[in-house]
Amino acid sequence: MADRLRSRTTATLAGDLVAPHMRLALFLLLAPALLWLLGLIVLPHVDLAVLSLRTRVAPRTYELGFGNYRTFIDEPLYWHTFVRTAVMSIFATVCTLLIAFPAAWYIAKIARGRAKSLLFVMCLIPFWVSETVRTLGWMILLRESGVLPRLLVELGITAKPVELLYHDTTILVGLVYTSMLFMVVPLVSALESLDDSLIEAAYDLGGNGLSILRQIVIPHAAPGIAAGSIIVFMLTLGNYLTPTLLGGKNSLWFTEQIYTQFITRFNWEQGAAFGFLLLFLSTASVWLGLVVTGQKFGDVMRRS
Amino acid sequence: MDQDLEVDRVSKRYNAHLAVNALSFAVPHGSFFSILGPSGCGKTTLLRLIAGFLEPDSGDVRIGGHSMRGVSPNRRPVNMVFQNLALFPMMSVGENVGYGLARRDIASTEIRNRVAAMLKRVGLPGAEGKRVDQLSGGQKQRVAIARSLVLEPTLLLLDEPLGALDLKLREHMKIELKQLQADFGTTFVYITHDQSEALVLSDRVAVMSAGRFEQIGTPQELYYAPHTAFVAGFVGANNRLSGTVQRVDGDIIELHTAQGLALHARCTEHVVAGNEVEAFVRPEVVGLARDAAGLATGTPYYTGRIESLLFDGANSTVLVREQPTNTEFRIALPQTGQFADLRESEMIVFGFDPERAISFRGGNDGR
Repeated sequence: MADRLRSRTTATLAGDLVAPHMRLALFLLLAPALLWLLGLIVLPHVDLAVLSLRTRVAPRTYELGFGNYRTFIDEPLYWHTFVRTAVMSIFATVCTLLIAFPAAWYIAKIARGRAKSLLFVMCLIPFWVSETVRTLGWMILLRESGVLPRLLVELGITAKPVELLYHDTTILVGLVYTSMLFMVVPLVSALESLDDSLIEAAYDLGGNGLSILRQIVIPHAAPGIAAGSIIVFMLTLGNYLTPTLLGGKNSLWFTEQIYTQFITRFNWEQGAAFGFLLLFLSTASVWLGLVVTGQKFGDVMRRS
Repeated sequence: MDQDLEVDRVSKRYNAHLAVNALSFAVPHGSFFSILGPSGCGKTTLLRLIAGFLEPDSGDVRIGGHSMRGVSPNRRPVNMVFQNLALFPMMSVGENVGYGLARRDIASTEIRNRVAAMLKRVGLPGAEGKRVDQLSGGQKQRVAIARSLVLEPTLLLLDEPLGALDLKLREHMKIELKQLQADFGTTFVYITHDQSEALVLSDRVAVMSAGRFEQIGTPQELYYAPHTAFVAGFVGANNRLSGTVQRVDGDIIELHTAQGLALHARCTEHVVAGNEVEAFVRPEVVGLARDAAGLATGTPYYTGRIESLLFDGANSTVLVREQPTNTEFRIALPQTGQFADLRESEMIVFGFDPERAISFRGGNDGR
């Protein structure tokens, strides 16, 4: 009892004496991060929220209301683009997962020593070049007069060069390529923590590859899979460059609608509303994904 | 008797290192067989060869009379209890035990009944719904064994399953393992580096070193009649004394150590005067007395100074320096409490029956 009393007194004393300095130091240390959060994330969003609720009724006269959101619902092009972006993003995420999983498995469980780090670096290498250059690289490969169509003609597969750009598939290829690393990293860390003896035990007890994958590997890697999928989905949904360059004017990506409203149409109010709709879409999708797979957001973020 | 496991001249090589060297042995049905060896002797490799995680370079493993060449682990009538138990943390206890049955396409009601019956037999009735991390170390052990035994394997392999437990629990689980084995009658093959586990649990023990078996025998044979210096040194505590043979008299030899100590020991190998030998004297073979009259007559005796007292209840020993050669002997204290008042640096006499000290040709470790 006396001990506890004494320790409490010391703690209070220490708190009284040290706390003001400590609190100031802590505040100063956190200041850049807090300023960044406040200045670049909170304030613009508050401003955008206010903006999105203003409707232009006449030049320079605005009215508070949900008019911008109603335009979104009334105009099929807008919500078609919205749904299309969501569906394509989900599809791109699934494709990335399917391609990244075997790669991550190989890096985490099969490759050893130098081969392992080499493979990791190979996933990273594309990021040494800016996204614009990477996407332009794809354009050089895929355009009608590009490398791949000419190769197809040379090999006699097609009679004349075909245009490989400006298809939905092209957009998907570009998105998957851009997102690969963000899926591989959380998957590798999730798979590395899986004890090999669990796989051996399951095999020993009569399991085969498929049942082990379904019952041991995937349940164990689930937080990693969820983390990778969330990151990839958000990156894809908010990607502007890849759909625009690889998809051309047919791409119909929602970020392009936002760009158009802000820059081309100079309708900031409408653009702000679209921006909030996109934020809502990504939040809702992630939440739904977590609920459906029974994951907890905290677990998932700790894994990533 | 039926042999559940026959290992026939099996070898396995990792690059230049021969991990298992042309080993042959058989384990009869229903027995508890242990493979005892220091780490790196190849015992884990041998176990993995039997389980099917490794294929032998040469030789054959037969289980229940069938050759296992080319048979994958999930098709062998063998199950393994892993060193870290490898319970599936993503499943409940019931799902863990039922995992193997579910892989055999058995109806779910049947699985539930068998899992319940098995958990009852290992003393965990009604634990199906528990999570693995809710179990204590001993309970996890039992679930791991239940998970394997529910499949009614011909052979259960155990890879040092007690290694991770603390001493008290390990002692308890030793007894429990032996009772489980007697209960189920399944053939157990157990690998360990802990000689006490091997001696307590097994019907027969193989002592392994550098990819080969030094000796296979009952625990008593290994303890009282080791065939090689390695076995004598590895199984049980021993005083190891190397020296040169001076005289051979039947199977009793006289040897002199480098420090000049003369002693007599039994030697079953052929030696002549001048050979290097190693003699092994167990601590409990050496008799202790305050003076020469207290020792059995007819045996040679030595005088020594007590260096330290190592009190450990029934396993208490003293370290004695023989005078004048200063050779160290570890001597067991009789459990009668007769020497409870011994003090350090006291002078005592000790001696042993040469028939109960055993010696081997030295230099090549008896191989």
